[in-house]
Amino acid sequence: MNFLLSPEQHALVDSVSGLLRDRCDALHVHQVFDTPGEAAFDAALWSALSELGVPAIMVPEAHGGLGLELIDLAIVSEALGRAAAPVPFLGHALAALAISLGGSEEQQERWLPALASGEKIATVAFGEGPGRWAPDEWTLLGETLTGTKTMVPNAKEADLIVVGLGTGALAVVEKGAGFTVARLDVADRTRPLDTVTFTDASAELLANGTVAAPRVFDAAAVLLAADAFGGADHCVNMSVEYAKIREQYGQPIAAFQGLRYQLVAMALATEPARGLYWFAAHAWDALPDKARHAAAQAKAHLAETYLQITRDTVEAHGGIGFTWEHDTHIYMKRAMLDWAWLGTPSRHRQRAADLAGW
Amino acid sequence: MDLGFGPEYDAFRAEVRAFIASHWPPEDGDLKSHANERAFIVAAIEQGYMHRSIPRAYGGSEQPYDIARAEIIREELTRARAPSGRIPGNGLVVPTLLEWGTEEQKQRFISPTLTGDIVWCQGFSEPGAGSDLASLRTRAELSPDGTKWIINGSKIWTSHAHKSTHIFCLVRTEPGAPKHAGISYLLIDLRQPGVTIRPLVQMTRQKEFNEVFFDNAETPVDMLVGERGKGWNVTRSTLKHERSGISAMTWPLSMFRDLVKLLKEVERDGQPAIKDLRIREELAAIEGELMSLVYSTYRSTSLDIHNQPGDTFSTMRKLYMTDLAGRMAKLARDAVEDDFADMGGARLKWIERFMISLSMSIAGGTSNIQRNIIAERVLGLPRERTSERAANSQGAAA
Repeated sequence: MNFLLSPEQHALVDSVSGLLRDRCDALHVHQVFDTPGEAAFDAALWSALSELGVPAIMVPEAHGGLGLELIDLAIVSEALGRAAAPVPFLGHALAALAISLGGSEEQQERWLPALASGEKIATVAFGEGPGRWAPDEWTLLGETLTGTKTMVPNAKEADLIVVGLGTGALAVVEKGAGFTVARLDVADRTRPLDTVTFTDASAELLANGTVAAPRVFDAAAVLLAADAFGGADHCVNMSVEYAKIREQYGQPIAAFQGLRYQLVAMALATEPARGLYWFAAHAWDALPDKARHAAAQAKAHLAETYLQITRDTVEAHGGIGFTWEHDTHIYMKRAMLDWAWLGTPSRHRQRAADLAGW
Repeated sequence: MDLGFGPEYDAFRAEVRAFIASHWPPEDGDLKSHANERAFIVAAIEQGYMHRSIPRAYGGSEQPYDIARAEIIREELTRARAPSGRIPGNGLVVPTLLEWGTEEQKQRFISPTLTGDIVWCQGFSEPGAGSDLASLRTRAELSPDGTKWIINGSKIWTSHAHKSTHIFCLVRTEPGAPKHAGISYLLIDLRQPGVTIRPLVQMTRQKEFNEVFFDNAETPVDMLVGERGKGWNVTRSTLKHERSGISAMTWPLSMFRDLVKLLKEVERDGQPAIKDLRIREELAAIEGELMSLVYSTYRSTSLDIHNQPGDTFSTMRKLYMTDLAGRMAKLARDAVEDDFADMGGARLKWIERFMISLSMSIAGGTSNIQRNIIAERVLGLPRERTSERAANSQGAAA
C-alpha cells in the first residue's frame, strides 16, 4: 500500500509552491484583485508557471506535454488554491485535457503544443444557466454555433474555447470565429468569468468528443476539489497562526477554549478531505468504475467545506477578518466560485446518489 | 499511488487464508466455546499470525513489524469470522507488562492473557476522577507484615468487569505526595471477598460496564507494576502496535451499509426513503465524510508503512468517527419516524445505535479531551492550564 505522493510529485508541488511564494504572496494577490476595471489575470505569473510546465502537465509527450496524470494536475491545483493564484489555470488545463482526450492526432498536433507551452490560452464553455453544467444538459447544436454559454473562465483572453454541445460532444471555437464576450462582475477577481454569446460561430468537432466530455467534466470536479482543499487548508493555518499572536485579556487568544475548539473543528473538517480529493484524482487515473462517483463526492464535499471554512476564518479573526484589506474575503470568493462552478454540492450529491444506484 | 498491498503480499494472503480454512470453524461446530477459541489462538500464534509483536518467551509469536501483513491477517480473520485474538483488556495490560513488569509477572500473566485464560479489566476511572484521572482516590496500603497491599475505594465504567478474572488498577499509595506522584499500578485478582462488582445499566438497557468496589481487598506485594508511586508513568507505556486504523473502519463502514439498506427498506410517502431528495442528499453527504475517513486512513497507514512523517489524521480519527456515527444515527432516526419511539419494535437496533454513537464521545477520552489533544499536538497551540492533565488522560475511561 502506498497512498502517497511520489518524490517526483513532491518535487512538482515544491517547484510550483516555491514560485508562488516568490511571485504570488498575499500582497500581490490583493494588488491583482484590486486592479480597477474588469477582473484580469496575472500574465507574468502565468508565463512563469508555464515555464515550469504547469499547462503541459496532462498533455501527451508526443505533443509537447509532460504526459502526467490527473493527480499531478490536482496537486498543482491545490498549490494554486492555497496561494489564491490569479491565473487562467482552470479553463486552460481543462481545455488542454479535452483536446488531449478528444482530439484526433491531427487536432492534437495542431493545438496542443501551443497550449502546453502556454503560448496560447484556452478555456472551456460548459455552463448553460443556473445549475446546468453536465454534458447531458448541454444544448448548443450545429457546425456553426448560435447560443450562449455562461461562466466561462477567461474567455476574453482565450485563443480558443472548447465548447460542450447538445449531443454531448465537444467542439473547438477559435478566437474571431464569431462570438462576443461579456465579463461578469465576478466575486472571485482572481479567476474572471465571462458570458460567451456565439453567433454562427464556426466550430470544429473534436473527433472523440463524446467520450472525452464526461471525463473532462469529472476532471473539472476534481480540480475544483483540489483548489478548495488548498484554500481551506491555508485558511485553517492562517487562523491558527493568528490565534497564537493575537492577544486579548493579556494572553494569546489561542489560550481560550472556545476558540481552540473552533480551530479544531476547522482542522477536523479540512484535513480528512485531502484523502477524498486524492482518491478522486487517483480513481480518475486508475479506477474507471469509481471515478465518476468519487469526482462528484469530492467536488460536493470540498466545495461545501471550503466555503464554511472561510466563514469560520472570519470568525476566528474577528473584525479584521471582515475587511477588504484582509486575505479572508479573497479566499471566501474563491470558495464561492469553487462552490457554484460546475454545479452546487447539492447537485453533485444527487448525482453521486444516482451513480451509487440508490 | 497504490491502494492495495501489492502482489508481493498475495502469496502471504493465500497462506493465511489456507491456515484459517483448516482451523476454523472448529470441528464440533461450536463457535462460542472458549476451548475452541483458545485452540485457534494457540495455533495462530504458533503460525506467527497473532500477537506478532510479543516475544515467544512470553507466549507471543515474535514477528518482524509489518503493518501490511498484520492488516491482511486481520482482514482474513474478519472474513472468516474467526477469533481475532482481541480479548478486552489484553491490548492495554500486555504492553504495560512487557515494558514495566518483573520477569515473574511477565512469565505468569502474559501467556494466559493472550489465550484468554486470564481476562483483564481496567480500573482507572472513579466517580470523582474521569478526564482528570490523576485525582483518583482509591487507596492501597501495605499490610503490617509487608506481604500484601490492602485496597479500599471504588472504580467505575469498568467494562467487562463481570466477565473478567483480574483488574489492573491505578491506586493511591503515597497519600501525602503530589497528585501524579502518589499513584501506583497494581494487579488484583477479582475473585475474592473484598471485591464487589455491580453492573451499571446503560441508557440502551445493556449492561457492559460496572462499578467495582474494594473493601479491604488484597493483592500480594509483588503485584505492583513499576515502582511504587510511579504508576502514572506506567500507564504512559506505549508499545509500537501494528495497528493502522484500517480495522477501526470496519464498524463505520458496516454501519453505513446497514444505513443504505434501511433507507431502501423504509417507505416514505409511498416510495423507498432513499428516493426522498433530502434523505438522499444527506446520505451522499455522509458518504463523502466516510470516503474522507477511509482514504485518509489509507494515507496514514501508507505514511506508517513507508516510515514518513506528516500523519496528523490519526490523531483526529476518533473524533471524526464519533461525529460521523452521530450523523448516520440521526439520518436513520429521520427514516424510521414513528418507530423511533418504540424500543420494543423493529428498529431497536437503530435506537441503540442512536445512543451508542454517543458513548463514543465519552469512552476512551471524551470528545472534548480529543479536541484538547488535537489543539496541542496537531495545531501546535500553546498548552492550556487545564489541559496539561487533560492531555495525559487519554484513554482514561475503560
